[in-house]
Amino acid sequence: MIEFQRVSKTYPDGTVAVEDFSLVAPSRQTTVLVGTSGSGKTTVLRMVNRMVEPTTGHVLWDGVDVATMNPVKLRRSIGYVLQEGGLFPHWTVLDNIATVPRLEGATRQDSARRASELLEMVGLDASMGSRYPAQLSGGQRQRVGVARALANDPLLLLMDEPFGALDPLVRRDLHVQVKRIREALGTTIIMVTHDMHEAMTLGHQVVVMQTGGRIVQTGAPEELLSSPATDFVADLINVSKL
Amino acid sequence: MNWVSQNMDLALGLLLTHLSLAVPAIVLAVLVAVPLGWLAHRKRRVRGPLLTGVGLLYAVPSLALFILVPSLFGFSIRSSANIIIVLAIYGVAILVRTCADAFDAVPADVRQAADALGYSTWKRFWSVDLPLSVPVTMAGVRVVVVSTVSLVTVGSVIGVQSLGTLFTDGFQRGIIPEVLTGLVLTVLLAVAMDVLCVLIERALTPWNRRRA
Repeated sequence: MIEFQRVSKTYPDGTVAVEDFSLVAPSRQTTVLVGTSGSGKTTVLRMVNRMVEPTTGHVLWDGVDVATMNPVKLRRSIGYVLQEGGLFPHWTVLDNIATVPRLEGATRQDSARRASELLEMVGLDASMGSRYPAQLSGGQRQRVGVARALANDPLLLLMDEPFGALDPLVRRDLHVQVKRIREALGTTIIMVTHDMHEAMTLGHQVVVMQTGGRIVQTGAPEELLSSPATDFVADLINVSKL
Repeated sequence: MNWVSQNMDLALGLLLTHLSLAVPAIVLAVLVAVPLGWLAHRKRRVRGPLLTGVGLLYAVPSLALFILVPSLFGFSIRSSANIIIVLAIYGVAILVRTCADAFDAVPADVRQAADALGYSTWKRFWSVDLPLSVPVTMAGVRVVVVSTVSLVTVGSVIGVQSLGTLFTDGFQRGIIPEVLTGLVLTVLLAVAMDVLCVLIERALTPWNRRRA
């Protein structure tokens, strides 16, 4: 369980990215933060693995303040998927997937075997393993990004607009994939997106955010559908149906 | 061209001596410029003064440096070390800015991915920043290589043997073929080493070659 306790982030130039944000992301569920750009959703996500340190407030992981954890160790225990995959362009697909096991000191053989398993798990052909990211399609790169994030069996997976740049068909396929993986592994997922449809498809809990990390509404997709808290939420839902 | 056939051994010997001065100077320049470039890339406040200061070293005339450096380090003006250090200084002057740019050119999302996966700064430097800086850095190294091979010849003025010796000797004794031989060999050497740089770069960046 991830718990945000009244976190705020103010940058030295005075910009307030997030103000007084509180939320509980339950274990083994997918929590989706959805909002327009500037809503502070990525900032909130990055507070979990300490890529952003809150100015005030705390982020707890199963009751332990992440600020007390070593950032490098913390990050290796959390899977992270970036937009466009964020793959290392100079490494092959297999080497990319094996990154975290290698960092943690696994042998070349063991991590290569693990990487091959994951390649299959995200639905890529074994022949892709020796390719470089530039030789893959956007959808394939994103699958590799997911595989890399799962390499160390993380209990927690953070996804930052993971499927934003993909066409709808590929995206739908990856949604199915992510659901399947979460059910199989029991991973806790926190995902950021600006796509309400994606949020409704994947989220057990959907958090609609507006400027400065202000939460407009939190609830299960059905609750948002049946009783949107504001016109903004209703608009987001309506647009996503088009 | 009679001179050439009669002095082949001399010319080839000087070519090797030339290499033994140029290669260590180039290697030393790279070894110093890369960490300085990294420093300039990491510390925004240091960047301006560092790049400008080091860059200005190139404005110091080489003859002055050939005389100043030995007195600072305490070795003979005519030693190889003098030539190597002075040429390394020029190499660093040319290369530092390129190295800083090379690290700047590493895509921000790749660097963020490395941080998010749990790389320490030190590990990230070796695994991500350094390898991805190679293409831009090598562009600068190639300039340094050609410049250094050419500058080695100036050492002959202070009496350090190299292909430049063929210029000074040929000039003093009025043997034009000797001067021309020195010139042609210097250019050929520069071209050969430039080709070598291209091969090294390809070996270091396999991902660039296989881009579809």
